[in-house]
Amino acid sequence: MSLTIKEVEHIAKLAHLELSAEEKTRYREQLSDILDHIAKLSELDTSGISPMASAVEGASPLRADEARTSLPREKLLQNAPDAEKGQFKVPSVFGEKRK
Amino acid sequence: MSIPTLLKELQDGKTSSRALTETCLARVEALDSSLHAFLHVDKFAPERASQVDASLPLRALPIAVKDILMVEGMPATCGSKILEGFMPPFTATAVKKLQDAGAIVIGKTNTDEFAMGSSTENSAYGVTHNPWNLDRVPGGSSGGSAAAVAAGMIPAALGTDTGGSIRQPASFCGISGIKPTYGRVSRYGLAAYGSSLDSVGVLARSVADLVPLFEIMSGKDPLDATSVETEYIPPRQIRGTRIGIPAEYFIKGIQAEVARAVQEAIETLKKLGAEIIPINLPHTEYALPVYYILAPAEASANLARYDGIRYTPREDGKTLQEVYRQTRGKRFGEEVKRRIMLGTYALSAGYYDAYYGQAQKVRTLIRQDFDEAFKKVDAIAAPIAPTTAFEIGSHGDDPLAMYLEDIFTLPANLAGIPGLALPVGFDGDKMPIGMQLMGAPFSEALLFGIGNAYQKATDWHEMKPKEK
Repeated sequence: MSLTIKEVEHIAKLAHLELSAEEKTRYREQLSDILDHIAKLSELDTSGISPMASAVEGASPLRADEARTSLPREKLLQNAPDAEKGQFKVPSVFGEKRK
Repeated sequence: MSIPTLLKELQDGKTSSRALTETCLARVEALDSSLHAFLHVDKFAPERASQVDASLPLRALPIAVKDILMVEGMPATCGSKILEGFMPPFTATAVKKLQDAGAIVIGKTNTDEFAMGSSTENSAYGVTHNPWNLDRVPGGSSGGSAAAVAAGMIPAALGTDTGGSIRQPASFCGISGIKPTYGRVSRYGLAAYGSSLDSVGVLARSVADLVPLFEIMSGKDPLDATSVETEYIPPRQIRGTRIGIPAEYFIKGIQAEVARAVQEAIETLKKLGAEIIPINLPHTEYALPVYYILAPAEASANLARYDGIRYTPREDGKTLQEVYRQTRGKRFGEEVKRRIMLGTYALSAGYYDAYYGQAQKVRTLIRQDFDEAFKKVDAIAAPIAPTTAFEIGSHGDDPLAMYLEDIFTLPANLAGIPGLALPVGFDGDKMPIGMQLMGAPFSEALLFGIGNAYQKATDWHEMKPKEK
């Protein structure tokens, strides 16, 4: 299994990772090697086997849908790189404003 | 001095709470410039220790916490530059329970970035050195915790184990460690890596030292939906306990001295009255490919939250997308990016069934291997790692070679079962060798019973590295 640089770029885009040209080349090789090793799984016949979704048996417990106090807003914002009026502040979502 | 003895001395007033914590800090001060086990040390810990209520069960016992668990008032980096300067607004439940019982957290220990690694070489803040030989790795990812305990800086330290990250460093540093059953200890306040695999446990010199902390940490937590309340199962006598030896864990390529030391430990268990039964875990060889699909897939989702918006710091970008890409691209380390890429690929359109779907099915087969085995035996004894601690830098640019270090520890995480690491000898270079005991879900007490009996008959857990 050999990934192309284009595939590596596509994965990086999905994962929101800016990669250097050198990183792209290295990850192309390394991920191809790892995927080769992982391909071993296809040799097993798993028809009729259910996927294991959780290591804990039994259904996920449900709790009463009641309002509870959360951490105070100031505490949650204490690590924000940028905040204003009690909110996280983010750069423009759709790009720079046109002049 | 063992933790039960220490607690007795603290209770009787033979040791003062403040003095004990001061002793630990002095050890850290003296040794950590060469070991680099700690990422943060709280110099006010003795002050806090002196104020602890002496009637509490862990009365002022000093502990260290792997820097991937949140402790309010201390920075949490997760070994990553993406959380540089982050101050958690809350404390992890496992830590909180110990603090409420009187334990004093003296600092945070080094870890591979987001617990992804087997050597602490992936920490963005520098590698930890093995106290037995400074040129060797301490194992990982809980390498800082293991080195701190082995060097006698702290009686016990918390670690986490997603694919072997408590047992392997315990083995490399010649100490004991418990990776609990999935769900036994709350993960609230643990920076998630592989959520279906992550577990929080303890590293300490001996089984007798692990038990008092483990018992307090265990139990249902409303803040972790996967945690479960469990009945206390008392330890039983080793006589008549059936211990399985899986053929698949004694393969070609394993260091001969490791195999020999583990075999000798099994002989000791036999002399103590255990019945030794050869067993098979036929899907063992598939644990590595299953793990390296599932863990990166879960990591790619879990680490999406580190985007430069909510947690310090943020890299510049003209648009929101650019801020995400720049912050993550510059601030995540090489291994973390590699696993995010791998996981994103495995979950991407067109590949999901072939990778993730197939891996979840093979995971069922691995769990079934253990379910079958535990019909015949009470516990399983096996090596923890194929070799003793390797040299820093020796796995350089070969991620797959590093992943192969985990082949014997991954199956317990995939099956969700407990694993107890015990020191069982040394190789020719005087590097420690470890053995793991695996048990059915929630059988920790049984494993502790076997481990305790073994440590009463041997003194490997009392060996300490020489100090320069």
